[in-house]
Amino acid sequence: MTTPTTDTARPTTGSQRPAEGRVRGPGAAFPFGSNALLGIAGSACFLLLWEIAPRTGAVSATYLPPASEVLTTLGERLLVAGFWVAVGDTLAGWGLGLAIAFTAAVTLGFVVGSVPALRTFTASTVEFLRPIPSVALIPLAILLYGTDIRSTLLLVVYASFWQIYIQVLYGVADVDPVADQTARSYGLGRLARIRYVVWPSALPYVLTGVRLGAAVALILAVTAQLTIGSPGLGQEIAVAQSGGATALVYALIVATGAIGVLVNVGVRALERRVLHWHTSVRGEIAA
Amino acid sequence: MLDVNGVQKIYRGKDREVEAVRDLTFRLEEGELACLVGPSGCGKTTLLKCIAGLLKPTSGSVEVAGKAVTGPPRDMSVVFQEYGRSLFSWLTVQGNVELPLKEKKLSKERRRTLVTEALEAVGLADSARSYPWQLSGGMQQRVAIARAIAYEPRVLLMDEPFAAVDAQTRADLEDLIRGLWQRFSMTVLFITHDIDEAVYLGQRVLVLSSSPTVVQDDVAVDLPAERDQLTTRSDQRFTELRARVYSEIQNAKNGQAASAPAAT
Amino acid sequence: MTLVIRTVRITRRGAVRLTQLFLLPVLLILLWWWYSSASASYYMTTPGEIAATFVEVWFSERFFVDVLPSVGLLLTGYALAAVLGTTLGVVLGLSSRMRATAEPVLEFFRAIPPPVLVPLLMLLVGVNTPMKVALIVSGCIWPILLNTIEGVRSVDPVLADTCRCYGVRGRRWLTTLVLRSASPQIMAGLRQALAIAIILMVISEMFATTSGLGFSIVQFQRSFAIPEMWSGIVLLGLIGVTLSTLFVQVERRVLRWYDGVRAAARDE
Ligand SMILES: Nc1ncnc2c1ncn2[C@@H]1O[C@H](COP(=O)(O)OP(=O)(O)OP(=O)(O)O)[C@@H](O)[C@H]1O
Ligand SMILES: [Mg+2]
Repeated sequence: MTTPTTDTARPTTGSQRPAEGRVRGPGAAFPFGSNALLGIAGSACFLLLWEIAPRTGAVSATYLPPASEVLTTLGERLLVAGFWVAVGDTLAGWGLGLAIAFTAAVTLGFVVGSVPALRTFTASTVEFLRPIPSVALIPLAILLYGTDIRSTLLLVVYASFWQIYIQVLYGVADVDPVADQTARSYGLGRLARIRYVVWPSALPYVLTGVRLGAAVALILAVTAQLTIGSPGLGQEIAVAQSGGATALVYALIVATGAIGVLVNVGVRALERRVLHWHTSVRGEIAA
Repeated sequence: MLDVNGVQKIYRGKDREVEAVRDLTFRLEEGELACLVGPSGCGKTTLLKCIAGLLKPTSGSVEVAGKAVTGPPRDMSVVFQEYGRSLFSWLTVQGNVELPLKEKKLSKERRRTLVTEALEAVGLADSARSYPWQLSGGMQQRVAIARAIAYEPRVLLMDEPFAAVDAQTRADLEDLIRGLWQRFSMTVLFITHDIDEAVYLGQRVLVLSSSPTVVQDDVAVDLPAERDQLTTRSDQRFTELRARVYSEIQNAKNGQAASAPAAT
Repeated sequence: MTLVIRTVRITRRGAVRLTQLFLLPVLLILLWWWYSSASASYYMTTPGEIAATFVEVWFSERFFVDVLPSVGLLLTGYALAAVLGTTLGVVLGLSSRMRATAEPVLEFFRAIPPPVLVPLLMLLVGVNTPMKVALIVSGCIWPILLNTIEGVRSVDPVLADTCRCYGVRGRRWLTTLVLRSASPQIMAGLRQALAIAIILMVISEMFATTSGLGFSIVQFQRSFAIPEMWSGIVLLGLIGVTLSTLFVQVERRVLRWYDGVRAAARDE
């Protein structure tokens, strides 16, 4: 595939790279399956160590309750409705925030990305706003919305927007100019070109953005609950900690970790599906 | 100098086995330049990796200078088929050529002389400070060759080094290799699938059969030592030799044993 | 004559570039100014006032008491995470068995949103500098670790063979082959980690501490010192922008070859 080579064709200052060095196939980091046995053995060892260390007194059980205790606590929690409400709140803040960020970033990204003038004039602003840590907005969120879910949303949207937006700009810049010119010469309008030329080739980038954005969104959702005290798992953890319920703190952390794993697995599955479709279509065209 | 004894290599995959090389035996004398030709996929690269100590043969053995090869031998250098990927993109041309010499613990002056000499020999003295990705394919190829000769090897292995360069560059590189071989008196094993190239370059041409691979034929090239792209290639003898190698490869493809030595 | 024309042309190009750089930011600031002075909202402050407060608040001993220690914390944690993450990543990347064994556990740990470790570490270590450093390390290490593993795994086999043939091993093998081949991915991991480090630095100071940047900003907000709060937000933004600019400079230098390779591949 050929790509524009001029510097202005690159999204912002030319220092940008796809967030992961290069755009790779989904799940490139850790393909499950082939070494499943070793993985199970590794996890078992980890759990065993976690069980034995506090029981033998190598680590104080007040600091690190044994695995069985933490998992039992978690099991008990699973039966409490309040836990599921907290999970629901966390997922709502995450999902809603991600959806808003996605819509805004994709729309803006496509508009700005396909108009070179807009891109050059917004580059400096983007470069300045993007690295601003979203936690800087915490005090503002508290003042504006208190412990309302909108506080969480503000942080989540701000953080995940940039991840997706930058990738979209990248994807739009990566469009094959020949394909675009071909589409133009067949008289496709701007919208049709976006639909049939720009969107398909930007798709892998968009998905990379979603993957990065989804992880960041979860981090910020939990951060908001921890620091601002808006309802959710983060707040539950803060409460458990101030009550000194160590096992519960661990149990809730395991729960957030599990949610994190589900989010990662889900996004990767999505990516694999969409990109699979993507590559197979391309393969057919190439053949 | 180089002894290949009944080498067999079977790649063991998850659920299938590929016998890349069945049974290869040949020997190169010190200072010999031999070309190895064979159809694509017949196991030339596999053989080269066995000789270079990068792969362990399933059975049989390789000896270099009388010593059995178990790992990469010290005084051997290799030019890989994927030469572009064998250069370090983050090192300059000079750095690429110098890297193996650092490992040899040579003094700084000695390293510098060797690098300059090698780069001059391949005509890249001006590009010493460039990076590989700033060079054309043919230039990258010459960097890989310069690195191989700067190492001062006693045995030089080259795997289809000219496959990706244009005809003119290719002719130049062929003469370059012969020149370097005469100058540095190394033992050279040159793999190619180009019959003309094999006959033009070698003192000997080893023809491999298609898979399962054995040595189909061993042709001595009795052309004069001074060779020239124009006169040698239009030589009557050159044409005969080429025809012979060609028919052997045809036989190899059809699975026939070596024909009786053609009328020589 | 030509000289004059050329100078004019250069200045014109410079002017265009300057407009590209500053037009939008200036417009945005003016918009904010107009909005904040027109709106009755108590929470809005004009940019002028923020700037004045900024100088007053942060160009004082606060800079040494609150800002420098926080930045030091951030850099310490980040550096530790970088060293640990790449070391572990190289080890795991080189051994497929160890990687397979550690995979699910790592997968789980990296999925934990790092801020939830704050309450835990408060329980375990208490609120002190080691706890904050530990927090930053435990949050930053995952992107570095996973990207390093990925980078080390994708070392070109032809290059690896080249090193074996020429007897390049030991330290030189590690630095010239492994780390350099993996450097694009390592840098990508480090970039993600930098953003996480700043987040963790701030929130580690929001709990039960009495100094630091995070603490000060929350303090301003609690006491409704609105211009001060805004100046704190601006300062955090500036720190973020400065660190990422520095990072880009380093990255550009380290990955010069990589950009070259990519540009060359594009031209084909
Ligand atoms: N790592 C491997 N695993 C399994 N099979 C392999 C491997 N490498 C090569 N083969 C198989 O071994 C056979 C010989 O391969 P090899 O690369 O040696 O051929 P070659 O003669 O060098 O071909 P070419 O002229 O195209 O370079 C082929 O059938 C190939 O599919
Ligand atoms: Mg080959």
